Amino acid sequence: MNIHIKGGRLIDPRNKIDALHDVFIVDKRVAAIGQAPAGFIAEQVLDASGLIVVPGLVDVAARLREPGYEYKATLESEMEAAVAGGVTSLSCPPDTDPPLDEPGLVEMLKHRARSLNQARVFPVGALTYGLKGAELTEMAELTDAGCKAFGQADAPLTDTRVLLRAMQYAATFGYRVWLRPLDSYLAKNGVAHDGEVATRLGLPGIPVIAETIALNTMLQLARETGVNLHICRISSAAAVEMVRAAKREGLKVTCDVSMNHVHLTEVDIGFFNANCHLMPPLRTQRDRSALRDGLRDGTIDAICSNHSPVDDDAKQLPFAEAEAGATGLELLLPLVLKWADEEGIPLLDALARITTNSANLINPKMGHLSVGAHADVCMFDPKLSWKVEPAALKSQGKNTPFLGMQMQGKVRGTIVEGKIVYVA
Amino acid sequence: MNNPQLNKNGELQHLLTTEGLPVRILRNILDKAASFINEAEHNEIQKVPLLHGKSVFNIFFENSTRTRTTFEIAAKKLSADVVNLNIGSSSTSKGETLLDTVDNLCAMHADMFVVRHSTSGAAHLIAQHVAPHIHVINAGDGRHAHPTQALLDMYTIRHYKKEFHNLRVAIVGDVLHSRVARSQIHALTTLGVPEVRVIAPKTLLPTMVEKLGVQVYHDMAQGLKDVDVVMMLRLQNERMQGALLPSAQEYFKYYGLTQEKLAQARPDAIVMHPGPMNRGVEIDSSVADGSQSVILPQVTFGIAVRMAVMSTLAGAGK
Repeated sequence: MNIHIKGGRLIDPRNKIDALHDVFIVDKRVAAIGQAPAGFIAEQVLDASGLIVVPGLVDVAARLREPGYEYKATLESEMEAAVAGGVTSLSCPPDTDPPLDEPGLVEMLKHRARSLNQARVFPVGALTYGLKGAELTEMAELTDAGCKAFGQADAPLTDTRVLLRAMQYAATFGYRVWLRPLDSYLAKNGVAHDGEVATRLGLPGIPVIAETIALNTMLQLARETGVNLHICRISSAAAVEMVRAAKREGLKVTCDVSMNHVHLTEVDIGFFNANCHLMPPLRTQRDRSALRDGLRDGTIDAICSNHSPVDDDAKQLPFAEAEAGATGLELLLPLVLKWADEEGIPLLDALARITTNSANLINPKMGHLSVGAHADVCMFDPKLSWKVEPAALKSQGKNTPFLGMQMQGKVRGTIVEGKIVYVA
Repeated sequence: MNNPQLNKNGELQHLLTTEGLPVRILRNILDKAASFINEAEHNEIQKVPLLHGKSVFNIFFENSTRTRTTFEIAAKKLSADVVNLNIGSSSTSKGETLLDTVDNLCAMHADMFVVRHSTSGAAHLIAQHVAPHIHVINAGDGRHAHPTQALLDMYTIRHYKKEFHNLRVAIVGDVLHSRVARSQIHALTTLGVPEVRVIAPKTLLPTMVEKLGVQVYHDMAQGLKDVDVVMMLRLQNERMQGALLPSAQEYFKYYGLTQEKLAQARPDAIVMHPGPMNRGVEIDSSVADGSQSVILPQVTFGIAVRMAVMSTLAGAGK
């Protein structure tokens, strides 16, 4: 379809554009920016005046819960949530049931997602069979099936020799390895940051060293193997500093942070608010400001939602028994805007963390609106304020630490591959 | 942040923790407890009709004899109807969630819940969930809090020491896993005790415990020096498995309370223990049964303090 997006403020971080420009879509691609291409006849004109027009958002961590956990969420519900949040490409961790360790499973997931005609799904394949940390998966076959990287989600990989070999094998083919640093022995039974709040509330803690010791191992192995290593969801000041040093050294390391950790700290747990039971745990104010510094100087490449829908039954339990996780796809954009506003970061820089930077981690063809690029677009009203409440969320997961809070910035339209998939 | 224990008039609606409890409420409970005890008659406690017609449900998801029994006696002394439920930790594995259990009991017209649970925060969760006319008393949640134990300890200290503002108090043992210790620390600091010490090996102290307002000691002789009150904690046998301690024998040698170690404290120091005691592990029998021990009076005072808590809650909003 030929679409004319008219009168909006275009922000395209990849192309360093922040100006009033119309966008012209022909069929499935961006045909022109600013001036209509010759002979263009719009089948649909979208009035974007007062709106900001950006490349469709790219979220590097969104659990869709299929296959296996359909009682928490389904592809239908979560893909709807994605486009309602302006997210047009997302990558899902392999911790489904069964885990994404077989090409057939990945193909089925991609097929199911494609048939819904909403956001694009780029699965992260399991690095080891069953995420058990023992045997390597068929990474080449999984790549052919559509996997963009390999990881363990939150499952531990305690055998360092297996980790070394997984990295060596992945490096052979140039595959990316995505890992969340966590020493499973140090983190055992832990549910909150091992600090003042956990001590006060009597919650078993997860110390910062559980993150840094595992991260140190990963960085040394990356140096040894030359693998492309992506560090997922760092949470501590010490880890930010280690990644900064690794980048300075020239290791092929990238890194992301969850939006929850950009905004919240252990103090938000209050009196056992299970919505703040997250993995990794919320840490201190010092850690949060180090994460923000890391975003500012580029140590942290991308911000993700870490969308993890949890059913109410699994949340309405005492804090430690409640399942970790929060819904996030529909909050990613407003929370990035909030961070940018609080830190005085220009929108062009801020939005790079959820467009071009995150796209570079899974598929560089996404996350920008160059002429000829896939026509994935998000349009939002930066002034529109809305309240986070269950009825306002499309996701089947209704639990988030931000419940009841006011958000500024609301998606008004989402286009995927030249098709309008969401309008509000 | 709202204090979930207080109603909008600042009255005690639930007793969940001693943290953030206004000192006036704390003192009121101690005074009320005193009114139930006839000290002239060997600390005899009379039956009163304050909770007549009310139903108190003791729901224990974790085993307990002493706490449950004293709550039961306290409720009966207040003329309440008492229902005891020992649910055990297996009920959730049978499929019923904690809140389902609570809903069912609410449907049986409970007025007050006394809850013990192995997970920190369970009592808070229940308190947030129940209808506004129902009161919740935390009888111990995970490692978090055991406020009635701490209140009876405060009562005991006041009984023997009269004041709080001139005391030096040492809490000895497994602070890491102890809900009793956390509640004691908050109660002591709220009541104005100027020096609260914790004494334990590093493996049995939680991270940043000093932020709770205590001084940290690893050596018994130093930690007990000139203290007025020694509060011992129970050491669970399973601590030996988690690489926290090498053996009960070695623990006793360095942290068990003996007459010799107690000699470091002031001569009139009192020795307390929340029970049940492990003789020869955290405390020597000669101390437990000795002249400075107030362990059995603690139990008696516990009944009066629990009566005071229940009648305070029943009076809220009236």
